[in-house]
Amino acid sequence: MNFDLSTEQQAIKQAARDFLAGKSDLRAVRRQVDAGTYDGALWEGVKNQGWTGIAIPEAHGGAGLGYVELAVVMEEFGYACAPSPLLSNTAAAILLEHAGSEAQKSQWLSAIAAGEQRGAAGSVTRDGSALVADAEGADVLVLVDGAAARLVLPAEAEITAVKAIDPTRRYFRVTGNGGVPLPGDVTAGLDRVEVALSAELTGVAQRAMEMAVEYAKVRQQFGRPIGSYQAVSHRCADMLVDVESARSATLFAAWAADADPSQLSLAASVAKAQAAETGWNVAASSLQVHGGIGFTWEHDLHFFMKRAAADARLFGSASQHRDRVAGHYGLDPAPAQGAEAHAPAALAAPEPARV
Amino acid sequence: MDLTLTPEEEQFRAELRTWLEQNHPGPEPDGAEEAFQFRRAWQHRMQQDRYAGLTWPREYGGRGATLMQSAIFNEEMVRAKVPSPANILGLVMGGPVVIAHGTPEQKERFLEPILSADEIWCQGFSEPDAGSDLASLKTRAVKVDGGWKINGQKVWTSFAHHAKWCMLLARTDPEAKKHDGITYFLMDMEQAGVQAKPLRQLTDESEFNEVFIDDAFVPDENVIGNPGQGWSVAITTLALERAGLSLGSAVAIQIQLRELAAMIRDLGKDRDPAVRQKFGELCVKAETMRLNGARGLSYVIKSGMPGPEGSITKIQWASVNQAMTEFAVQVRGTEGLLDDTPWSYRMLRARANSIEGGTSEIQKNILAERVLALPRLR
Repeated sequence: MNFDLSTEQQAIKQAARDFLAGKSDLRAVRRQVDAGTYDGALWEGVKNQGWTGIAIPEAHGGAGLGYVELAVVMEEFGYACAPSPLLSNTAAAILLEHAGSEAQKSQWLSAIAAGEQRGAAGSVTRDGSALVADAEGADVLVLVDGAAARLVLPAEAEITAVKAIDPTRRYFRVTGNGGVPLPGDVTAGLDRVEVALSAELTGVAQRAMEMAVEYAKVRQQFGRPIGSYQAVSHRCADMLVDVESARSATLFAAWAADADPSQLSLAASVAKAQAAETGWNVAASSLQVHGGIGFTWEHDLHFFMKRAAADARLFGSASQHRDRVAGHYGLDPAPAQGAEAHAPAALAAPEPARV
Repeated sequence: MDLTLTPEEEQFRAELRTWLEQNHPGPEPDGAEEAFQFRRAWQHRMQQDRYAGLTWPREYGGRGATLMQSAIFNEEMVRAKVPSPANILGLVMGGPVVIAHGTPEQKERFLEPILSADEIWCQGFSEPDAGSDLASLKTRAVKVDGGWKINGQKVWTSFAHHAKWCMLLARTDPEAKKHDGITYFLMDMEQAGVQAKPLRQLTDESEFNEVFIDDAFVPDENVIGNPGQGWSVAITTLALERAGLSLGSAVAIQIQLRELAAMIRDLGKDRDPAVRQKFGELCVKAETMRLNGARGLSYVIKSGMPGPEGSITKIQWASVNQAMTEFAVQVRGTEGLLDDTPWSYRMLRARANSIEGGTSEIQKNILAERVLALPRLR
């Protein structure tokens, strides 16, 4: 059993860290927030790195790597809080791959994965209209409604900018009943989208925790660093437990997507339920460590807190996923047992004990 | 990342499952003494097929198992609902200490009776005034002809009333810095100067004892390591043996969550959204604890040494076990006050989880200081 990233995966992580530190540091994030735009050069760089199709098979124009690799990259995008359409584009590609018809895939998937066209995806939230990150300017939209999804062209829909809690990303309401259903397994796609979101949330939480820890080391009150007080240091230790839990759950779900899809349904829900809570809780706790300075617009922390609040609500919420996990553990009137019965992995959830 | 087991590990699990099915000792008898003798017989059976001392090298009567096999073993023991072996502290701590730090004569003398459970071991570390601050312990060992004279008091000593040997930390040099003046002794419990007195817990059981030591004698040949090195002898062997335990604890919690699900269905509350949310939250916490434990184990297998990250799963285990047992009692409403299910007992027993084996506060200190590098208060 090896729960560590491979040398290649660590190299991808470092490349993403370096790329984003160079192209999207926090001053750059602030510039984009103030302007309400994205940096086109950043997006060109993302495409050149091949990250638009990192987990999409080569046959469909992607890099043919796996969900662990995608999770590694998405965690770094969360860590940088980078303003970009990568998440929405990735969600559209994943949903097309798993639920699209062959015709839909050949028309759209390869172009999205290769970065030649851009997709966006979101969920129907009320009155048949959907909230979709980065819908404006996308070439194709995927709108999810429960376990169904349809492919909509921008020309068929009304796209209106909305102001959302998260200023680091652009959100739109998409209205229109047109489009063509995706005939395949939407849930299989959604589980993988949640892996990407959980990874981004993990990165957001990691950065918020690091900010708290660094501040607690240097901020002096009563003649000593505040991090030496257990009221502060134990708060930071709690953050670490949360961050590592989100990371372990996300990596496991990513691995399941690649190597043992029978475990993905439970694993993806555990990851999103944990990461959604972790993202907000760690950012809010970091704010408390910072005190008043953390409450100012000038401090960068709020970008992370707001990104966490948004990611927690895109696609499935923590409470939806907790309900699904409860079903996996036996509260469903007709529980699906297949996921565990033949799982070969060391980490398979145990079947009910023999007495 | 590769979370599958090797074919050899799969085979080990399959063989172990078959063995546990064929050799399951049945339900534990009532009564503390009867239960203890039952566990002693169970350990004999385990030893016959080299399942006692699993990770000990084969030359010392063990199986030479890997850490991964040890984790699988802990999972399967919990899953099969077999009792712990009677001499658990001898197997997971005493033997490994003697193997790592003992002389050839000590290995010859002590190891075999640990495996057979003919000699039970207990651990004399904590004292009334040395709990979280263990290194401040005051039990004194004074050099006399041929050995050491010991005086002091130990507490929270499991198995003391059955034990032949006590892994005892005592202060041999009161002038040295507090971690440097401690020596690791193997003290014979069967002598006039040693008295064990059971502590009655709030659960109305007695798992722990007070041990009063009044001019007890330990011969020189029963010192482990050199005088003054007791702290490092104790620390190095503690952590490694515990690395595989968290997966067993995680399986135990998963089994109880399945029991809880069945009880919720029987109560007709399985469609209650509030119940489903709370239950789902517990399952998420149990899963993340299991996965953190697996990641920690993977790290230990690779590096050979457990990191301070083990404190994460210790904190989570206590937290989720307490929350799960409280919820199980709560979901029954007023009926929850009755002891006709194990849950009310489990809820009370779980309160010790955030204290025993290092309090959750001490675990957070470890994470803050050694993982996050925050400044120490002291």
